[in-house]
Amino acid sequence: MTNFLTIFRREFSAYFATPLAAVFLVVFVALSSGMTFFVSGFFDRAQADLSSFFTWLPWLFLVLMPAIGMRLWAEERRLGTIELLMTLPVQPWLFVVAKWAAAFAFAGLALALTMPLWVTVNVLGSPDNGVILASYIGAWLMAGAFLAISACISALTKNQVLAFIGAVIVGFIFVMAGFDLVLSAVRPWAPDALVQAIAAMSFIGHFQRITDGVFEASALVFFASLISFALWLNVQILDARKAS
Amino acid sequence: MPNGHTLVETRALIMRFGPVTAVDGISFSVDRGEVVGFLGPNGAGKSTTMKIIAGFLEPTSGAAFVAGHDTRLDPIPARRHLGYLPEGAPAYPDMTVADFLGFVASLRGLTSRQTSNRLAELVESIDLAEVWNRRIEALSKGYKRRVGIAMALVHDPDVLILDEPTDGLDPNQKHEMRTLIRALAPSKAIIVSTHILEEVEAICTRAIVIARGKMLADATPAELLARAPERHGEDHQMVKTTRLEDAFRHITLEQAGV
Ligand SMILES: Nc1ncnc2c1ncn2[C@@H]1O[C@H](COP(=O)(O)OP(=O)(O)OP(=O)(O)O)[C@@H](O)[C@H]1O
Ligand SMILES: [Mg+2]
Repeated sequence: MTNFLTIFRREFSAYFATPLAAVFLVVFVALSSGMTFFVSGFFDRAQADLSSFFTWLPWLFLVLMPAIGMRLWAEERRLGTIELLMTLPVQPWLFVVAKWAAAFAFAGLALALTMPLWVTVNVLGSPDNGVILASYIGAWLMAGAFLAISACISALTKNQVLAFIGAVIVGFIFVMAGFDLVLSAVRPWAPDALVQAIAAMSFIGHFQRITDGVFEASALVFFASLISFALWLNVQILDARKAS
Repeated sequence: MPNGHTLVETRALIMRFGPVTAVDGISFSVDRGEVVGFLGPNGAGKSTTMKIIAGFLEPTSGAAFVAGHDTRLDPIPARRHLGYLPEGAPAYPDMTVADFLGFVASLRGLTSRQTSNRLAELVESIDLAEVWNRRIEALSKGYKRRVGIAMALVHDPDVLILDEPTDGLDPNQKHEMRTLIRALAPSKAIIVSTHILEEVEAICTRAIVIARGKMLADATPAELLARAPERHGEDHQMVKTTRLEDAFRHITLEQAGV
């Protein structure tokens, strides 16, 4: 536990070592509010809820989460510090989990900074705060899934830009999985079970069920399992590709 | 078999990277009190051998032992006994020297009290006071290397593996590093790689010459010197070389078939 905290603290403060963290947080809050108010027409809908905010989140996360996660392992490789970490008497999975947790906490901070939106809808009307809370939790978990995927891909390269691009591509697949565009491309040749499986991977599908107020434990379980699997894969990748 | 003093042992290490055989059947052992110098041309396999002993790389075949623990099967206990300075002394540029060493000490399992005592000692012996609260990105190459040495020594390990510890140091700092290594030697098993042959004479009790992944010599510096070819017409020598350099060139070029 001490080791976990030591790594977590180092990683979390690494985000604030440059002004980049502040820039990121400002960009995130500006984009998410901007999309809520202007693109989704928050005022025209004349409805006191945050659904216009949550609708855009998966797309925003698709680009912003890889930006947070890309450095996690690629930077260790570039600096050569991976050699240092992997020769300390600490199990590699602890580094994997603690690093991801630091990125997850940073994403949580970014989400927390959008709370003024929540306050605003409460001033304007009386939203279902239970649904909003559930949506925030779902959004955070979805961010965690994007981050776990980013960390995994970051472990494959010493180039942060490549890690970013790879993570956006893989994330895009997960975001698009539920759309008919993808499913209809697969349906003609794939067995039904596979089509179902792909549809079941959809980030937006799972997230929407939470924001629609159908509080489904299965959606949370989905994101949690995906995170666990990606982190497990991250450990395997580190194990197999230490040198390159 | 280990005789109780043996702290490092490698058995028939082979390491392949695709078609390249970087390490080709290296076996040796190092006892407490020994300082072994790794010599060899660029790309000889020195760093790769060190990475295997440090447990960073798993050998294609063969095995390495640190304090009796197999570095592959029993990595965590092996690592507890080991201090390792990787080539180029990697460190986090955004951290201060104090934070970085504190970070490593904590992951090495030192309590905060032990850490502050130990770091106070290291500041003295490695002369880091001046840069203590500076970010590592702002350090000169020599200071960065010294931070790397301090990092390797944080837990006062039995085994020290230092990959080019004096690279980038000025002559005074080189001298101090050698003094430090010599002072540490009696209680530890130390392996250093270097391209500076006078260093071998200055600090090493043994020298291992590696080229193209193979061990060409494992001898005391004096024995190595004896292998230098006779000089003929020394007056005509255009580039002055030391006797040890002659021996090194003789051994490594002979293998290359020159
Ligand atoms: N990760 C890797 N992937 C592929 N080849 C590698 C890798 N690491 C080392 N090599 C190759 O293995 C050989 C030995 O390299 P190594 O770094 O051990 O040499 P060295 O003796 O330390 O050389 P130098 O004196 O230049 O530091 C070289 O041919 C190198 O190109
Ligand atoms: Mg080397």
